[in-house]
Amino acid sequence: MALFVSTTATVLSSLVGLPLGALLAMKSFRGKWLMKTGVYALFALPAVVAGLIVYSLLSRSGPFGFLGWLFTPIGMVVAESLLIFPLVTGLTMSAVSDVDENVRLTMKTLGARDLQLALGIMKEARYGIFGAVMVAFGRAISEVGAVWIVGGNIEGSTQVITTAIVQRIQMGDLSTAYLLAVILLTIAFAIFLVIRKLQERI
Amino acid sequence: MTMGIGVEASDVSKTYGGKQALSGVGIGVKAGGIFAVLGPSGSGKSTLLRLLNLLERPDGGEIRFVDGGKSVHDGETMRRRMTLLLQRPVMLKNTVYGNVAYGLRLRGTDEREIEEKVRASLEQIGLEGFERRRASTLSGGEMQRVAFARAAVLRPELLLLDEFTANLDPPNIKMLEKAVKDYRESTGCTVILVSHNPFQAQRLAERCIFLLDGKVLGEGRIADVKETPDENVQAFFRGENV
Repeated sequence: MALFVSTTATVLSSLVGLPLGALLAMKSFRGKWLMKTGVYALFALPAVVAGLIVYSLLSRSGPFGFLGWLFTPIGMVVAESLLIFPLVTGLTMSAVSDVDENVRLTMKTLGARDLQLALGIMKEARYGIFGAVMVAFGRAISEVGAVWIVGGNIEGSTQVITTAIVQRIQMGDLSTAYLLAVILLTIAFAIFLVIRKLQERI
Repeated sequence: MTMGIGVEASDVSKTYGGKQALSGVGIGVKAGGIFAVLGPSGSGKSTLLRLLNLLERPDGGEIRFVDGGKSVHDGETMRRRMTLLLQRPVMLKNTVYGNVAYGLRLRGTDEREIEEKVRASLEQIGLEGFERRRASTLSGGEMQRVAFARAAVLRPELLLLDEFTANLDPPNIKMLEKAVKDYRESTGCTVILVSHNPFQAQRLAERCIFLLDGKVLGEGRIADVKETPDENVQAFFRGENV
């Protein structure tokens, strides 16, 4: 469950955050400064606040209550996506901004058109972009507050490893908590190892 | 054989933040010619080249490209018929092969054709066997040679060179100058080179323009411009700092 929720949230927030981050880095438009500031400010969004916002939206009396997503894995994905989306956007923005201006110029002199130029610059920033996605996934898989509030920590349904650890600690079952912590760290390490290997190959 | 493109610029001006970089500059370069833009640092040479490469628009004046007696009006098409080689080449985060293949891939060239062209292009500048090397590990001279191969592989009809041998050692300078001459002879392309080196200009170009503070001080055959009765021009051709 933890893997499903974290991976789906990372994919969803990357689908929106990567192009938005690149757009904020490459294009000039009115309100850009405010948007960039907003994205960076959301880095500090507390997980419980993100959880509370999504809870309010998905609760029966909320505007999206009719979807029935509260206390379901989908609701947890929404909460985690909200939490990590600013990270993907902001760190992508930063990675793309760091690409040397002469790289852009070189691509243009070699005949790159607008879309080719944007994709080429993102390719040049790929290590930073990979880093952004890894940080986001790291935050998603280690998340407790938002998924607890929105998912309800229902055993066999919406309980993830982190919320299970907290529950075991509250129950005084420390040995199971330690075991779950080791499992979580092993999963995270294995995933980052695969991502790192992929990163080296491109 | 590629046919060169003629360039005609008249009364071109460009200002950056209140500072006049170019003022009333005009040049005429016939198709297939080698033309030098000379002058000391900060005289507006590189600005002129960027305008000719359509990377920026002039504030005033006109730039025309002529192909077989007819003007080329489509800027987007024209941009793909010319290439600019920068003073400090930037290598993309890729292999040497990936760098040289970049422009061809943008044009949707077939991968087998790309392979043939990249190999031939690297061979021409003495870098055969470098295909798999990371471009970032090359020396300055090797990078500039790869940058030349990356430009030449596109068979541009107008080749723009911005101080393309600055800071390089004599063997690399010699190799690159030969590569430019060979490329021009085999394709008939037009070459416009910016240089603050009068000796290089005399080795490569037939005609030139001399710029100082964004204004033209002399234009014509290099031998004639050299005789311009202006102390700045005279000092420049003596190899002194202007």
